[in-house]
Amino acid sequence: MESRSFYNEILTEHNIRPYYKHDIVNPDYTLEGVNPNCGDDIFIKLKCDGDVITDAAFTGDGCAVSQASADIMMGLIIGKKKDEALHLADVFIRMIKGEASEEEIDSLEEASALRDISHMPARVKCAVLGWHTLEELLGDNLPQR
Amino acid sequence: MDGKLYRADFPIFQIEKSMYLDNAATSQKPQCVIDAEYDFYKSMNANPLRGFYPLSVKATEAYEEARSKVKGFINAASEKEIIFTRNTTESINLIAYSYGLINLCRGDEIVVSITEHHSNLLPWRMVANRTGAKIKYLYPNQNGEFDIKSIDEAITEKTKIVAMGQVSNVLGSLNPVEYVIKKAHEVGAVAVIDAAQSAPHMPIDVQKMNPDFLAFSGHKMFGPMGIGVLYGKKELLEKMPPFMEGGEMVDIVRFDYTKYSELPHKFEAGTVNAGGAVALGAAIDYIGKVGFDVMSQIEESLTKRAFEGMKNIPHLNILGADNAEGHHGIISFTIDDVHPHDVSAILEADGIDVRAGHHCAGPLLEYLGVNSATRLSLMFYNTEEEIDAFIKSLSSIREKMGFKD
Repeated sequence: MESRSFYNEILTEHNIRPYYKHDIVNPDYTLEGVNPNCGDDIFIKLKCDGDVITDAAFTGDGCAVSQASADIMMGLIIGKKKDEALHLADVFIRMIKGEASEEEIDSLEEASALRDISHMPARVKCAVLGWHTLEELLGDNLPQR
Repeated sequence: MDGKLYRADFPIFQIEKSMYLDNAATSQKPQCVIDAEYDFYKSMNANPLRGFYPLSVKATEAYEEARSKVKGFINAASEKEIIFTRNTTESINLIAYSYGLINLCRGDEIVVSITEHHSNLLPWRMVANRTGAKIKYLYPNQNGEFDIKSIDEAITEKTKIVAMGQVSNVLGSLNPVEYVIKKAHEVGAVAVIDAAQSAPHMPIDVQKMNPDFLAFSGHKMFGPMGIGVLYGKKELLEKMPPFMEGGEMVDIVRFDYTKYSELPHKFEAGTVNAGGAVALGAAIDYIGKVGFDVMSQIEESLTKRAFEGMKNIPHLNILGADNAEGHHGIISFTIDDVHPHDVSAILEADGIDVRAGHHCAGPLLEYLGVNSATRLSLMFYNTEEEIDAFIKSLSSIREKMGFKD
């Protein structure tokens, strides 16, 4: 695959000028996500009001795919209920596995720009890092930290 | 000057069209090496060193002839000093377990250069943890050069082992192993040399270099994966206990008594990788046929071409020496604001295979202040066209990642 087609403008923009790459003071949830093989290493931080995610951000570093994917994810989940966010994570991960329907991919809005990663086995882990970390964080009912 | 002439020797270049520039990870294999392993299993296969029937004798002879070729390759004094292992990592672990754990104790020091591959660091860390000995690092300057004074200061009466690679797998720098060996011997320490990155590129004479142990891998020098070499001085190997116990390394086993085999078999427990050894012998023949002089001439010329091209790319930072001569075919680099995995993904999309990551040298990258890097590594069969394509693709990366300059 030609590199230009997956390093599209949406991806490079979110990588170079991320909206949600910063710290959050006193987050309700924090979890680190790591890809040991390539060294992508991020911290996800969430603030919640009851069941609703009111603020979300991440810190750390990694390749453009991991960073852009995490940044896009944050934009999508702010204002959503936890189970809605988990549903988006499920759809995103299935999109990357090549198992999501067109309708589901549309529901991911900007995150659908990463759909071509499904043809690149070496980058799958980068794309899903933020989403997996979110699943782990919300799905396992971790005690609030 | 490049290696076009030799590409026909390597069948993979007929099949695989990507440009292979990851030679420090593993080399490609010439037809003669592939044939040698095939022929062993086709016409000589029996368990060597076991049977008395002609086929087993033939297998044994082929295996021992390979050992003799390795002996010649590094100019060892005796076949007894050549132990076949799986690879450099296993060779160094053998020394760590059979020499390090036995001979070191609390208060002793192991001097290791920070440029080491994990395979020449973690075994020593294990020895240190279990014996109470201490690891002391040797640090190079930003160019990857070791200062004589810092070597003199690091190696003291407390030093029992000094471990150093001959060529760094990240910086491509040639380390002053002969000086380090001399200093180690002055204080009664043993010197362990990792020759994984040097054996494929330059002649090694262990009698001249004088290491106590030296390790290298077959697969990095045109041989198959799964066969490696440990050279050790006979008087040291004789005193060391076996690394692994089992078949083929004992002469007598009674209810309560074991007599180990003579060198080198004492250290080769279990059925050996005879096919691999025979193919490594063929790789040594192949190197002899091409000649290290021709190989290094081509590699130096290609390194220079790559180095100069890379120097002209804005925002590209080369790790290690500021001149091509200091790189020996290995150039690791970073590009400002672009993660090495994105660098290698773009190169890969242009059909160029390089390695990105920490190169199994975490402490070195930490010391240099980089998280990870991309590495170009050359072999004499590479071509000028490949270097030019690499430079062209590299030059396009910042733009592809959305940067304006």
